[in-house]
Amino acid sequence: MNILYDERVDGVLPAIDKQQLLQALQARLPDLDILHREEELRPYECDGLSAYRTTPMLVVLPQRVEQVQTLLKVCHERGVPVVARGAGTGLSGGALPLEKGVLLVMARFNKILHIDPAGRYARVQPGVRNLAISQAAAPHDLYYAPDPSSQIACSIGGNVAENAGGVHCLKYGLTVHNLLKVDILTVEGEHMVLGSDALDSPGFDLLALFTGSEGMLGVITEVTVKLLPKPQVARVLLAAFDSVEKAGRAVADIIAEGIIPGGLEMMDNLAIRAAEDFIHAGYPVEAEAILLCELDGVEADVHDDCDRVRAVLQRAGATEIRQAKDEAERVRFWAGRKNAFPAVGRLSPDYYCMDGTIPRRELPGVLKGISALSEEYGLRVANVFHAGDGNMHPLILFDANQPGELDRAEALGGKILELCVKVGGSITGEHGVGREKINQMCAQFNSDELTLFHAVKAAFDPAGTLNPGKNIPTLHRCAEFGAMHVHMGKVPFPELERF
Amino acid sequence: MDAQRLSPLVAQDRDASDALLEQVNQAIQLALPLRIQGANSKAFLGREVAGEVLDTRAHCGIVSYDPTELVITARAGTPLSVLNAALEQAGQMLPCEPPSYNDSGAGDATVGGMVAAGLSGPRRPWSGSVRDFVLGTRVITGLGKHLRFGGEVMKNVAGYDVSRLMAGSFGCLGLITEVSLKVLPRPRLCTSIALEMDSTTALARLAQWGQEPLPISAASHDGRVLRLRLEGGEGSVAAAHDRLGGESIDPAYWRALNEHRLDFFTDGRPLWRLSLPVSTGALNLPGDQLIDWAGAQRWLKSDASASEIRRIVSAAGGHATCYSHGLDDSPFHPLATPLLRYHRQLKAQLDPHGIFNPGRMYAEI
Repeated sequence: MNILYDERVDGVLPAIDKQQLLQALQARLPDLDILHREEELRPYECDGLSAYRTTPMLVVLPQRVEQVQTLLKVCHERGVPVVARGAGTGLSGGALPLEKGVLLVMARFNKILHIDPAGRYARVQPGVRNLAISQAAAPHDLYYAPDPSSQIACSIGGNVAENAGGVHCLKYGLTVHNLLKVDILTVEGEHMVLGSDALDSPGFDLLALFTGSEGMLGVITEVTVKLLPKPQVARVLLAAFDSVEKAGRAVADIIAEGIIPGGLEMMDNLAIRAAEDFIHAGYPVEAEAILLCELDGVEADVHDDCDRVRAVLQRAGATEIRQAKDEAERVRFWAGRKNAFPAVGRLSPDYYCMDGTIPRRELPGVLKGISALSEEYGLRVANVFHAGDGNMHPLILFDANQPGELDRAEALGGKILELCVKVGGSITGEHGVGREKINQMCAQFNSDELTLFHAVKAAFDPAGTLNPGKNIPTLHRCAEFGAMHVHMGKVPFPELERF
Repeated sequence: MDAQRLSPLVAQDRDASDALLEQVNQAIQLALPLRIQGANSKAFLGREVAGEVLDTRAHCGIVSYDPTELVITARAGTPLSVLNAALEQAGQMLPCEPPSYNDSGAGDATVGGMVAAGLSGPRRPWSGSVRDFVLGTRVITGLGKHLRFGGEVMKNVAGYDVSRLMAGSFGCLGLITEVSLKVLPRPRLCTSIALEMDSTTALARLAQWGQEPLPISAASHDGRVLRLRLEGGEGSVAAAHDRLGGESIDPAYWRALNEHRLDFFTDGRPLWRLSLPVSTGALNLPGDQLIDWAGAQRWLKSDASASEIRRIVSAAGGHATCYSHGLDDSPFHPLATPLLRYHRQLKAQLDPHGIFNPGRMYAEI
């Protein structure tokens, strides 16, 4: 079953006359770039989840906040759904357009408005790329910590909407931990500031509520992020293990030693081989698992911590431990990990990246479960794991040209996410729900919890025209799929036909 | 205040959620407001609530704690001291150092109250706030349901972040019954130092040091002396101490500052908390000031009017909270009009019968 918007279970959308809307927008916003021809619209039919495509009714490319404001007012008056989009790198279809909706592209808001070294913040427009912030702050020896793997392309507005993560979250937090304030426009086009230039603000923490709300509550027009002093040094250790269990225990042992690494990543054998083939990072291809442990901070502390971690890894039974000799080797060690997705992509015509999180202690059991599911569905799975924070990225290998393989990959992905929920984890750590995991939301939350989410939505967007169908499934959809509430494994899995 | 209520027989580990749920459901049926309290240690903050007392303290105990997962889960009525003791035993801590304010004559502050108030201690600018460490909550809602949001994992972006919304909402959006918090290892070394300088110099230095990777984890200035806490490994702390100079002081200072036990706080004038952008220079306000959070939080003892204090603080990009109970009808900084409207709409959606601490934060919610 397809995840594209289905009015039967996702809610009826108002019938909009495209020509009338176009004329109204052109009249009210004569200088707004509006795309409306089929060939102009096609490039916008998907985001980073390219398996799903919908041609939007119209695409608008504003450059000034007032244009966005007027656009929202016009759409609100007419009940037109609006889907906001940044750089379109999202992996869960959060910016998947609607046939009956306007796609609001914020990418032209790409100016860094102010870098304040003494205040340690950067005020930027939402279309600014994540990496561009750190680059602009670099002359002050400051940087913006969250570094999703798409950081060269993804925009900060999208990062806020998705509460983006990266490989340094255990120590430096997610997007929500690195924001001071965001400016938003409500569905009615009203301007509000959430958060403040100070470290807190009066009232409810709407900044936290909006972060990760996937464009459902408002449109982000400006973001003020915190900047951190660059760590003096970063060193990376690479350890090989002959079993995934041992690698998992080593992670717990490092934490037990009182050390919080800047990054702590695990890869399984299939991922190691793929990365080594592609990048030649010098990974030990016979290993069942490798750990990459990066320690950053003040030189003297990092030196001590490297010794401590090395001792821990030895005790944990590492078959080999290497420390990057210099910056070039450090970058090479990381290059293998950072290119793991495209590397795995070389093994197979297509791959499907999952994003579940689990309590770390559940890792061996979950990996066994994934391996069993992999056999059951006849598809290979490579595992890349943010071991420090429990965020797994199983990569399901498939060939979309083989009839039924995409469906099997999706079904397998769904099973993996349900497994994560069963052990007390979550269906998404950093990629978001979007459309991709809309059905798995029915497994993670019961109908009362979903009802509360809908109440939150109703407080900001009672008519539901901001990004309809994303993030929170309707109760109707959940009922349709017969999904029962599965929590902490207390309720048995219903055998559902999904997708 | 009813003395009986303040000295309950608290069991170490007890699930009283059914009783809490029943009390909430009764309140919904009768449309009678509830005044939620743990130990009542932060009763001085916010507006008076007229309602039947809902005491969370019978619902207590640590539900799960695995130090290597860096997560602790506790019921709302668990004393903060019990939580801290468990963490200390494992060499860990709640980095945001929430104050307990037990000295106000109240009992032992609770975990639920700590999260509902969302107050953080001296390490906050470097570590993050209470809200930053919230990973999940169980909440009894305004529709009388006991629900779970977030969880025990570091990264979780499924659905809206209701858990972090609950932090600092003073019980106005629902009853927190259980909280999962991220915790961290205690630093290996901690040294506190004092340096004599005036406040303008201190604020300028702090703004400069803030741009460097120094292991500062607390910074306070009392008008005459800058006190710093250095935390980290032996190497970084020693190097920073060498560089900054100053004489060592008793680290008990930070606890006294956090719990408002310093002489500064005994002054009879009203107490205000000013939250300001980190690089704000010296603020000229009537009364005495004590700088915390390297300048981002300042305590003010002053007879000046609320409007005068707020005018000056707002102009600097900050906001002011009155910590002297009953002095100002809006102890929390007033909200901009559209923001207040959305606060009301959110309150109406999540607490449609208006039973949870009505008016505690603002008269309208």
